Amino acid sequence: MSISDILTDQFKDSVEFSDQQNCLFIKDPSKWDKISLFIKNDKRMKFNYLMCISGYDLDDGVNLGLAYNFSSTELKTYLEVRIEFAYLTHIPSVTPLWRAADWHEREAYDLFGILFDNHPDMKRILLPDDWEGHPLRKDYITPEYYKGMPVPKDKSYWE
Amino acid sequence: MFKVIDKSIINADEMVLNMGPQHPSTHGVLRLRIITDGEIVSKVEPVIGYLHRCFEKHCENLSYEQIVPFTDRCDYLASMHMSHSYSMAVEKLMDVELPERVEYIRVVVAELQRIASHLIAVGAFGLDVGAITPFTWTLRDRERILDLFEMLCGARLLYNYVWPGGVSHDLPPNFIQKTHEFLDYFLPQIDEYNQVLTTNKIFIERSADVGVLPLDVGINYGVSGPSLRASGTSFDLRKDEPYSVYDKFDFNIPVGEGLMGTVGDCWDRYYVRVLEMKESAKIVRQALDSIPSGDVHEALPKKIRPKKGEVYSRYESARGDVGFYIKSDGKNIPQRLKMRSPAYCNLSVLNEISSGWMISDVITVLGSLDIVLGEIDR
Repeated sequence: MSISDILTDQFKDSVEFSDQQNCLFIKDPSKWDKISLFIKNDKRMKFNYLMCISGYDLDDGVNLGLAYNFSSTELKTYLEVRIEFAYLTHIPSVTPLWRAADWHEREAYDLFGILFDNHPDMKRILLPDDWEGHPLRKDYITPEYYKGMPVPKDKSYWE
Repeated sequence: MFKVIDKSIINADEMVLNMGPQHPSTHGVLRLRIITDGEIVSKVEPVIGYLHRCFEKHCENLSYEQIVPFTDRCDYLASMHMSHSYSMAVEKLMDVELPERVEYIRVVVAELQRIASHLIAVGAFGLDVGAITPFTWTLRDRERILDLFEMLCGARLLYNYVWPGGVSHDLPPNFIQKTHEFLDYFLPQIDEYNQVLTTNKIFIERSADVGVLPLDVGINYGVSGPSLRASGTSFDLRKDEPYSVYDKFDFNIPVGEGLMGTVGDCWDRYYVRVLEMKESAKIVRQALDSIPSGDVHEALPKKIRPKKGEVYSRYESARGDVGFYIKSDGKNIPQRLKMRSPAYCNLSVLNEISSGWMISDVITVLGSLDIVLGEIDR
């Protein structure tokens, strides 16, 4: 049985495996903590290595997404999991399972404003703590002022 | 040796010590918030972002070709690896078939770059624990690799050499011969480093048994590259998922064995890099001997406009597993580009392995992780 069959068998309607994109879509974000526990601990899965969490903006004004890339160092398998959800949806944090998620989730919060539940230390990581907005969102507008200093828009300022 | 486990015998208030962002031992603009109990570190909190240049935001406004110089500036000590890994991701997205010669040239420059990057890592680690001479020696030898790269593409640090679909220039005349000359010179030098630094008693006492990273902790934190291999696994993408033409060469993956102390200590992380330089030299020699002829610009696409889709590609750089996640919506600019930088994950383990040690050991552990802030902050 392949990984996709096991997962669709186990979680039925809350997941969907896309052959075309070769990834697992989680339809119900609140189920993600149960599913993540399963793919970490089940002996057919053993995805112990979390490589990357990438946030993305679907550019339709409503939805954000998260792509998790897992690999298993024992079974040499690979899995991509994607969750797509509306703004301000809370996503269960996977930091208790994979400590690698800690900084990646902080980065997703910093740049996309994705909210994670149960994260031990949620704060900005790359940008200053007092930054306003989340710059990688497609609806982000470059501010005209930063702390009273005008942000030059005209290239003649620096060229 | 000095690890204090029973904290009840020390009754002192905790103090916050700020190290960096301008500090010679933090390898760039890294700030460490160290909570100490006397001389004993109870928590280290890395504060990053001082070198954040909005790499990913820039990429959403640049065409695929224009991104290559930006990737070079991420890991400025191993620029070839960054542009190679990015090019591989774009090629995977577009299904480009590369000429054999391009793949061989890429392997040659990638392995030379690995030696150059490890020379900095080895020398700077010696500098961190107080050995100044080896650093000048490693920089002297790295200079010869930079000369080879200058011959190749005119630049010494940021090359813009590997492009999606090919490389910018073919090998210049004499390059193969000069590279063989360099390797003939370089391999005996490694024995000299071993004599002066690796087996030095003071160096061993400073680095062996310090900052031990157990394998399961390393995997859980997403550590990769030499730092993880020192903990006793042979996880290396060049062997496990051979990309490019790595499956044609015969080389070994050095693994930490705990020769001077425990498996996964700072000395192991250092020594794995020394051994890796020898293996890289082996690969370069084999690749130069069997390099085929051909046109390196044959497969360069006229314009890069991948169809809708996503790709995640992995690459073994000098610091570990570089991942590029590219999401394309059919335009000539990416909809989203995320770089998984290895040093970012390697640095996150710092608190775990350096708490309980002395403040001076934090510097040792940090040096042994071999971080580059350009890549962490992006």
